[in-house]
Amino acid sequence: MRHQFELETARNPEALKRIVIEPVSRVEGHGKVTILLDDDNQVHQVRLHIVEFRGFEKFIEGRPYWEVPVLVQRLCGICPVSHHLAASKAMDMIVNGGILTPTAEKIRRLMHYGQMLQSHALHFFHLSSPDLLFGFDSDVARRNIVGVAAANPDVAKMGVLLRKFGQEVIRVTSGKRVHGTGSIPGGVNKSLSLEERDYLLKDADQMIAWSRDAVRIIKTLHRSNPALYDVFGDVPTTMMSLVDDKGDLDFYHGALRARDKDGEVIFDQVSYQGYSSLLTEGVKPWSYMKFPYITTLGEEKGWYKVGPLARVQNCDRIPTPQAEEERLELIAHGNGKPMHGSLGFHWARMIEMLCAAETIKDLLLDPDIMGAELMATGPRREEGIGVIEAPRGTLFHHYRVNADDVVTYANLIVSTTNNNTAMNVAVRDVAKNYLQGHEITEGLLNHIEVAIRCFDPCLSCATHALGKMPLEVTLVDASGREIDRMTKDSEGRVGKGAA
Amino acid sequence: MSDPKTFFLDEEEIPFEEGQTIIQAALSAGKFIPHLCYHPEFKPHGSCKLCTVRIDSRTVTTEDGQSVKIPGRAAASCTTPAQEGQHVESEVPEILDLRRTLVQMLLVEGNHYCPSCEKSGKCMLQGLAYDLGVMDPHFPQYFSKREVDASHPDVLLDFNRCILCELCVRASAEVDKKNVFALSGRGNTKHLICNSESGKLGDTNLAATDKAANVCPVGVILHKRHGFEVPYGQRRFDIAPISDNPVQYAPVKEQV
Repeated sequence: MRHQFELETARNPEALKRIVIEPVSRVEGHGKVTILLDDDNQVHQVRLHIVEFRGFEKFIEGRPYWEVPVLVQRLCGICPVSHHLAASKAMDMIVNGGILTPTAEKIRRLMHYGQMLQSHALHFFHLSSPDLLFGFDSDVARRNIVGVAAANPDVAKMGVLLRKFGQEVIRVTSGKRVHGTGSIPGGVNKSLSLEERDYLLKDADQMIAWSRDAVRIIKTLHRSNPALYDVFGDVPTTMMSLVDDKGDLDFYHGALRARDKDGEVIFDQVSYQGYSSLLTEGVKPWSYMKFPYITTLGEEKGWYKVGPLARVQNCDRIPTPQAEEERLELIAHGNGKPMHGSLGFHWARMIEMLCAAETIKDLLLDPDIMGAELMATGPRREEGIGVIEAPRGTLFHHYRVNADDVVTYANLIVSTTNNNTAMNVAVRDVAKNYLQGHEITEGLLNHIEVAIRCFDPCLSCATHALGKMPLEVTLVDASGREIDRMTKDSEGRVGKGAA
Repeated sequence: MSDPKTFFLDEEEIPFEEGQTIIQAALSAGKFIPHLCYHPEFKPHGSCKLCTVRIDSRTVTTEDGQSVKIPGRAAASCTTPAQEGQHVESEVPEILDLRRTLVQMLLVEGNHYCPSCEKSGKCMLQGLAYDLGVMDPHFPQYFSKREVDASHPDVLLDFNRCILCELCVRASAEVDKKNVFALSGRGNTKHLICNSESGKLGDTNLAATDKAANVCPVGVILHKRHGFEVPYGQRRFDIAPISDNPVQYAPVKEQV
């Protein structure tokens, strides 16, 4: 496993020149990359900084629990359904111990798979396809979805309509395309009418066909240039995701499984209710985003990646036939070893989109989605943990609610946060391999952004810690000599000396 | 039997009975006048001023032959008795601007975060904002610091959304005969309080079935463990705007 601290901190930053990519474009939220180079353009430091600041964990405190699934989804405008459902699952634990009626569970699944489809379509077609179709250092004026529409109108149309379908699934199940209210603690507030079911079902086969086409596009690109696709942003690391009780891919529910970089299982069928001892959330003074790692492996070796590439290689099987065929091809491409090149995320992501399209059709044909039993009751608890596989990876929501029905504690580990170290390692790998010793151009810098985009990060979702970030303030005189230094550690302790 | 008495609302003749206020007569005749503190079951309050109308404006001709409008007096239609032959203006730009401004001031004075409010879609303040075409808060957010009182087993108070309409105060005093609520303080420190030694709702004798627990026009008084149970598209003001069917807000005629 590559050392995560390589190129994280230069020894003599003041003597180096600094390149800033800000904002990182075609990702959700606001981030920047800083690169420190010497006079020979040798790379000494690369950091992906998350410069947004949110604070949801803090202002959820004191709010009534039934507001939380609706409130917390405002973290994001791209995959709010993930937060809506993860919070609902946690609140299910609180109101009834986690029981759902078959109708409620299937409506939630339908909503979630609709979201998976629209989010993956958005990312692949709107955000990443310009890089993949035109080249990383192609004309920047053309490198966008408008350029794709001009050069490949059928591809652009496919992307737009796939996303639209996913959004319609969300609208029908939650009331709105973005920020609906369908899922409530203990169940859902509506099921589908026959008209709604038929409205979605009429397009389901087309969506499956287009999703399969999308897999073929990325598969062809990948196979046509393995020298690039197999090694770009190579991050050999542990992979973690939910799998169901048979080890199959499941985006809505399951238990945690992790494989090491060689594909060997580290742990399996671990209940996410014990996530807080399984994972530790590390912090660094230069980022608002935390750096989680598997506790038993330690900070240096315990970092991991989540999301499509982890999920598709972590599971034993995808339960829908066409996606499973494609998964087997991806696995075969690795010749018995897991793929860790960051561009592999796109291939895995399109396989997941195909799985989502197939699952949506299966759910639409299930009469339970038109059932009338929407809510379940059970014993009340004061603590709930809900975990879901969001489009970008494993998402943890953890709440405590007191006897007065008010939230007293909230902790979120957002998908992108899980990938923080892996993204930093990927951009350092790209910087070292592509920028090292070269005259820096826009096209070369776009290589850095391409590596970040592979992870489809949602930077706005991922920055919500409050009061936990260690800080270091250094006072220097005009010549650069350090005069004084104050530090605050992750527990809020203030003192003199290094953090 | 003599002809019913009438007045004119936006030039339309409105019948009224002796003792009716302008808003009561207008709503009974199917004409909507925006309101928040008015409620057909309680005595008029006249505090929110949303129902302000202009009464008896005149047009005079100047010496050089120009017609000039002399605005009549502005009055709360919930406290002003209807009078024979009165000319009342309600749906005119000047009055609509005034109402829009009042709603905007209410929206920034409290902490009204509609997206996560259970009352969204059935909130009178939100409904009026849509009806009046409020497109933005206009004024700087006041960010008043207010608390949630969750001490009652069945009812939660979120003071962030209080508009001081006193509907709960009046309902508790006039209908429930309990005096659970009151307003305290003056000016911008005025706030809703609970009548118990601790000041907590949980130490009052409020019941979830009381009129006071079910009359809040905004999202202050909420029934616990219930939220977002009505899907989008089926909420009260999704089905019809607040101004639809004004008779629903009119006083119920007593059976003879």
